[in-house]
Amino acid sequence: MAVRMEEVLTRRTGDPSSTDHPGNRLELSTEDGVTKIFGFWMFLVSDVLLFATLFATYVVIYTHTADGPSAAELFRHDVSGFLAETLALLTSSFTCGLATWEMHQGRAGRLKLWMIITLLLGLTFLGLEITEFHDFVSQGATMQTSAFLSGFYTLVGTHGAHVTLGILWMSLILYQLVRFGLNAVTARKFYIVGLYWHFLDIVWVLIFTVVYLTGVM
Amino acid sequence: MGDSLTNTAGHFFVTGDPMIIASDVAIVLVSLGIVFTLTYFKKWKWLWREWLTTVDHKKIAIMYLISAILMLFRGGVDALLMRTQLALPNMKLLSAEHYDQIFTTHGTIMILFMAMPFIFAMFNAVVPLQIGARDVAFPYLNAISFWLFFFGALLFNISFVIGGSPDAGWTSYPPLTELQFDPGVGENYYLLALSISGIGTIATGINFLATIIKMRAPGMTLMKMPLFTWAVLGTCIIILFVFPVLSVALALLLIDRLFGAHFFTMMYGGNPMQFVNLFWIWGHPEVYIAVLPAFGIYSEVVSTFSQKKIFGYKSMVASIMAISIIGNLTWVHHFFTMGAGPAVNTFFSITTMAVAIPTGVKVFNWLMTMYRGRITLSLPMMWVLAFIPNFALAGATGVWLAEAPTDYQYHNSYFTVAHFHQALIGGVVYGMLAGMYYWWPKMFGFKLKEKFGKWAFWFFNIGFYVCFIPQYVLGLMGMQRRMYTYTPDMHWTALNFVSTIGAYLMGIGFLCIAAQIIHSLVHMEKDLTGDPWGGRTLEWSLPSPPPHYNFAVIPQVSDRDEWWERKRRGEQDALKPRPEDIRNVHMPKNSGVPFLMGVCFFIAGFGFTFGWIAVGAAGLLGVLVCLAHRSLDQHPDHDIPADEIRRTEAALGRL
Repeated sequence: MAVRMEEVLTRRTGDPSSTDHPGNRLELSTEDGVTKIFGFWMFLVSDVLLFATLFATYVVIYTHTADGPSAAELFRHDVSGFLAETLALLTSSFTCGLATWEMHQGRAGRLKLWMIITLLLGLTFLGLEITEFHDFVSQGATMQTSAFLSGFYTLVGTHGAHVTLGILWMSLILYQLVRFGLNAVTARKFYIVGLYWHFLDIVWVLIFTVVYLTGVM
Repeated sequence: MGDSLTNTAGHFFVTGDPMIIASDVAIVLVSLGIVFTLTYFKKWKWLWREWLTTVDHKKIAIMYLISAILMLFRGGVDALLMRTQLALPNMKLLSAEHYDQIFTTHGTIMILFMAMPFIFAMFNAVVPLQIGARDVAFPYLNAISFWLFFFGALLFNISFVIGGSPDAGWTSYPPLTELQFDPGVGENYYLLALSISGIGTIATGINFLATIIKMRAPGMTLMKMPLFTWAVLGTCIIILFVFPVLSVALALLLIDRLFGAHFFTMMYGGNPMQFVNLFWIWGHPEVYIAVLPAFGIYSEVVSTFSQKKIFGYKSMVASIMAISIIGNLTWVHHFFTMGAGPAVNTFFSITTMAVAIPTGVKVFNWLMTMYRGRITLSLPMMWVLAFIPNFALAGATGVWLAEAPTDYQYHNSYFTVAHFHQALIGGVVYGMLAGMYYWWPKMFGFKLKEKFGKWAFWFFNIGFYVCFIPQYVLGLMGMQRRMYTYTPDMHWTALNFVSTIGAYLMGIGFLCIAAQIIHSLVHMEKDLTGDPWGGRTLEWSLPSPPPHYNFAVIPQVSDRDEWWERKRRGEQDALKPRPEDIRNVHMPKNSGVPFLMGVCFFIAGFGFTFGWIAVGAAGLLGVLVCLAHRSLDQHPDHDIPADEIRRTEAALGRL
């Protein structure tokens, strides 16, 4: 079990006054924080595998359109839509990075501000994605139409479900930052949800490439 | 109205079959018995406080162990029913449909609800003690893992009496398992029960990886770690890499069934072979997930009972890591007949045979450890000795199956059945029994008496060969697996009859183990030494069972077999705490939320099984509430004052 957080300061080598120095990072200032962040990286490994499997399945069946619409037919009319989604999500990852930076500077107010902006961008992304799905379904392109569309909705939808969970989760952490202030525990929690958020961004880059760009090519 | 209600109830509660009615009666009676006993002895509060809410890895280990033994019983009864049905030609004991359900539940239970909790019992009982830690890295998550396994297993088992069991084999291949060909809820039970327990398994993998990487006592470098802990590390790496693949495969099939998607259908572009690939990308490494911890146990037991340090420690570590990597590259050998072509089949033939190299290294190292050792033939060691010829035979027949051209001959035959039972019983079950006997005194504070144990050993071992050797021959004679009956003119009768006798001998062996446990409980001999076998690693330096904080003072490690070396140098008292070194210990608080989260998952699983989306969604919402509750908990842990620890240690005679 974790040693009391005040007891252990994991100071490492380097200049202790630098803010980049891990020992000065609030989220790494306790053994508990270090272990939990390590554990979360391991969770991300399993999530990478989950998405890898969905991608592999999509690649196997994305030409199996069974007389339904193909990727080219669907996405060609929607380039501005998925571009906007991409912009919203990539920007939100950047603002999430800014939030982390402000946290390392110890500026709790700006941290919360950037978190709110990140959440708004996340919601924008989600709104765009729901609109896109709604459009496709109203054109008759449903999950039941073909193996390709089963794969598309499942892969992109799983990412969307992750984003939804991320928004709920980050809101919960924002509440805790407001309620309890910035300390070793809330810092660790924000840092972890930040890792999750960046991870979703990387997965989206792959979806953008493998699903949408390959689709309209 | 009344009729339609009876009809619906008749579909919901499986009726008509005498065996199922007997099970209904048994379930009601056992449940009433448990409720009565708990009420009569006023044990409800004790059950909740000490067990259902515990986050102590040692108690979680005991709960895993009890579940594993119960599931071994259920899976064993399934096996005996099948063997009885096959004992003679044209038997009518089971209907074809019922036989399908029984071989499906037998396979699924034995792999996922018997072998997995058994290895997790060993993980939990041993790893934190071996590495000198006070608990696992995430004790609360550990409790969640257990309850997800428990409620997954419960969901799977109630299918027998509510709605109907899955009947498409433990591999559950589409398109047979698509809604069109397999209506009813049995298959949904399979998919959801495995998904729920699978989440728990991934969490366990992450938990023990973090425990082993981050929680080792000072001085215990990776190359000073006991081999069981190394084996657990390798296992957790495999779990982390393959269980997500199973989760996805199951989820996609469920989406097909519940929402009419077309991943694996025969129409609209679905590709059933994709499921088969995904399933075995998990399914083959699952064999190593189950067997690596057993290899770890063999290493500990051989070394302790030969009173020698393990031969070739570094090559043992290297072989564990090699198996955990090469094991991921072999899955296609389960379906060489897919039609992937000679190049693919050759690749997977070679990788499969390559696994034999690190495995062989391990077997030679165990033999060399025994060579010139002072061997004590106690029960754990006997199971290790019985394992070696068994596994050699499993390896030899495995190489036959690994060669693509010969596999075309044996594919889906009884030869395959005999081979994988030899590997999984000879490798995993023998290992888990050796581990159970070896660590029982550490877990419970008393030794199991040998009396019935030796009977169990001989019945089980002789029964094992009598049961499975005929099946190799039956396979070569053309008997296919999953056949529910055969005619006398196939000339399979004699061998099948002998095989059935063997199965019953193994059943008697199991009963002897049960008798042994009960007998030892009644005539209990407390182990006061904490080190009844002359152990080598840190867990034996503690009293049995250890106090809930394990180590009053975290030990400083300098050698590979730390406890053995200390004993050799006469310094064993140095591992006892000194009063002035004892500080407050920070420990997690018990919590009922992991249990409730399991209940929520169960409700969700049950809802989706019957296609009741609202119930399923309500269950998942409950899970989210549990997660949020934990996140908002400001005081999940507490301090045990140093004085209290001093009192506990003094009472244990360690101060």
